Amino acid sequence: MHFINTLRVALRALSRNTMRSLLTALGMIIGVAAVITMVSIGNGAKVQVEAQVASLGQNLITVMPGSYSSGGMRGGFGSSASLTPEDAEAIANEVPNIDGLSPEVRDRSQILANGLNWNTNVNGVGPDYPYVRNWSIAAGAMFTDQDVKSLGKVAVIGKTVADQVFPNEDPIGQTLRIRNLPFRIIGLLSPKGFSVFGSDEDDVVLIPYTSHMRRVSRRTSISMIRIQAATAEKIDAVKLGIEDLLTQRRRGREPDFTVRTQEELAAAATQANKTMTGLLAGIAGVSLIVGGIGIMNIMLVSVTERTREIGIRLAIGAHGKDVLTQFLIEAILLSSLGGLVGIAVGIAGSQFISSYNGWPVVVPTLWIGISVAGSAFVGIISGFYPAYKAAQLDPIDALRYE
Amino acid sequence: MQPVVQIKDIHKIYESGEVPVHAVRGVTLDIAPGEFIALMGASGSGKSTLMNMLGCLDRPTKGTYLLDGIDIDKLDRNELADLRNQKLGFVFQGFNLLARTTALENVELPMLYGRHRRASSDQIRERAMHCLEIVGLANRFDHFPNQLSGGQQQRVAIARGLVNSPQVLLADEPTGNLDSKTSVEVMGVFQKLNEQGITIVMVTHEFDIARYCRRNLILRDGIVVRDEPVKERSMAEKEMDKVRLAEAAAKLTSGAHAA
Repeated sequence: MHFINTLRVALRALSRNTMRSLLTALGMIIGVAAVITMVSIGNGAKVQVEAQVASLGQNLITVMPGSYSSGGMRGGFGSSASLTPEDAEAIANEVPNIDGLSPEVRDRSQILANGLNWNTNVNGVGPDYPYVRNWSIAAGAMFTDQDVKSLGKVAVIGKTVADQVFPNEDPIGQTLRIRNLPFRIIGLLSPKGFSVFGSDEDDVVLIPYTSHMRRVSRRTSISMIRIQAATAEKIDAVKLGIEDLLTQRRRGREPDFTVRTQEELAAAATQANKTMTGLLAGIAGVSLIVGGIGIMNIMLVSVTERTREIGIRLAIGAHGKDVLTQFLIEAILLSSLGGLVGIAVGIAGSQFISSYNGWPVVVPTLWIGISVAGSAFVGIISGFYPAYKAAQLDPIDALRYE
Repeated sequence: MQPVVQIKDIHKIYESGEVPVHAVRGVTLDIAPGEFIALMGASGSGKSTLMNMLGCLDRPTKGTYLLDGIDIDKLDRNELADLRNQKLGFVFQGFNLLARTTALENVELPMLYGRHRRASSDQIRERAMHCLEIVGLANRFDHFPNQLSGGQQQRVAIARGLVNSPQVLLADEPTGNLDSKTSVEVMGVFQKLNEQGITIVMVTHEFDIARYCRRNLILRDGIVVRDEPVKERSMAEKEMDKVRLAEAAAKLTSGAHAA
């Protein structure tokens, strides 16, 4: 039979049972829409995590102290007090391909200003810190090497701190008290939002690490060193250089530090996300299979119902192939129409979830293609058995079928 | 003239049950072009089995069947389908029209398969319309089967049987589902076609229907027990007149009764 005629016959057969065709296609619609929506949400989450990882800074390497161990009790990473400002200086001076470096001393402290008080992160850092963290200064300026050398009492504050203690005022030039020591606010950081780990990055006061160690926390060791490699290709070389240098400086003692690159961090952050996306897509895939089984079921019913029609067609000269094509095309039409509507519903659903929940949603073009191909494939697979069954009917038996 | 159908000692044995059923036990039959044959017999006499074999829907277990000189035993499933499509027309007892499909599209159906499958839809439409004209239903071409009377449905089925200009038109109890008046009407169509030279073989169990044909074959237990020409042939036109007269008389009497 001519292809156009086959198509026409298939369309007529489907329109004859409009309600049934719609319900069958609904299985497919839900399946495809679920796949698109789930993958969109997963992709959106991935893009968000990637953006957050990028916001940590670029080509970032962190050096943390090793674990502290005393009398058989072992602390976790960063618990030992073995990393010193001298280590940081040595790295800055001796390891090549470093674009920026900032030691970091972390502490939490109560601060006083403007008649208000607030408990926040008080971090001692170097002047390169905003550069390394890819964090711009919204107003004022970052402190300088001079401030670090002179143990300057200057501070740069984050957006949250500014909002809390200077709700209606310009914080620049104001005084802030940390452990009763006055610090002059010289800069305001631009808002950065929440970190990958969910803490508020803007809830922070930055002061020179030297001032932090000598005047505020009276510590002798630093919490970490953040380093920015010159290029992405140099990251591994810089990492090795740091490890060699620090090992050398330990003079045969056990290495008591860890060097991590941003890639490792990013990998850990995206891994969980990948698992989640895979899980969601898997669940959606199951509904796609269920939709396919629905189509097979209806096609089987349809073949049984139209046994007489098949008998007439075979008796007057249809080949088995003609009947096979006819039913196969019906199944493919059902599933492809379902697939196309499903894509539309999926995209609409993703947009709805995005606007309703405020989740970032990225509709992947690749998956639209996969869904179209997938639904046509499901149509062929689920339509083939009923169509084959119809084509194999004996014309006499089919004509006698009641 | 060479016969269109040449059957030589054909048998059909069904092996499906525990005991094999010998439905046709050696029938030899020649059908010349232009014949009009009624196959008769009680149920179980093998007439339907013989008809299925004549229609190339079933193969004989034994014996040869040449249709228009072609030995059907040598053909595969698809070649048989093409042969049915080109050389045979079918008219069934239950009409077997496709539901929710117009009369015209039903008639077009055989042309969608076989050697016409590459024909343009205009050509197909024209030919189908012509066949509807032959059976006198051209004005009903866009009606669905459920909008047509039984006799009209059967005439659509006859048009469908004619559309590929077959060598033989096979009809299996074509009047079985019709009342006597409509039966006469349908037999009239067959007679008209036969006069135009179309070979017709029909199965029936009604003697008065068989008398519209030219030759009657009677089967019993799988063999032909009688094969004779029809002597006093019924002609549909005359029978129709009789029916009309009877109807008129019935109207008169019922009218008189009312008065």
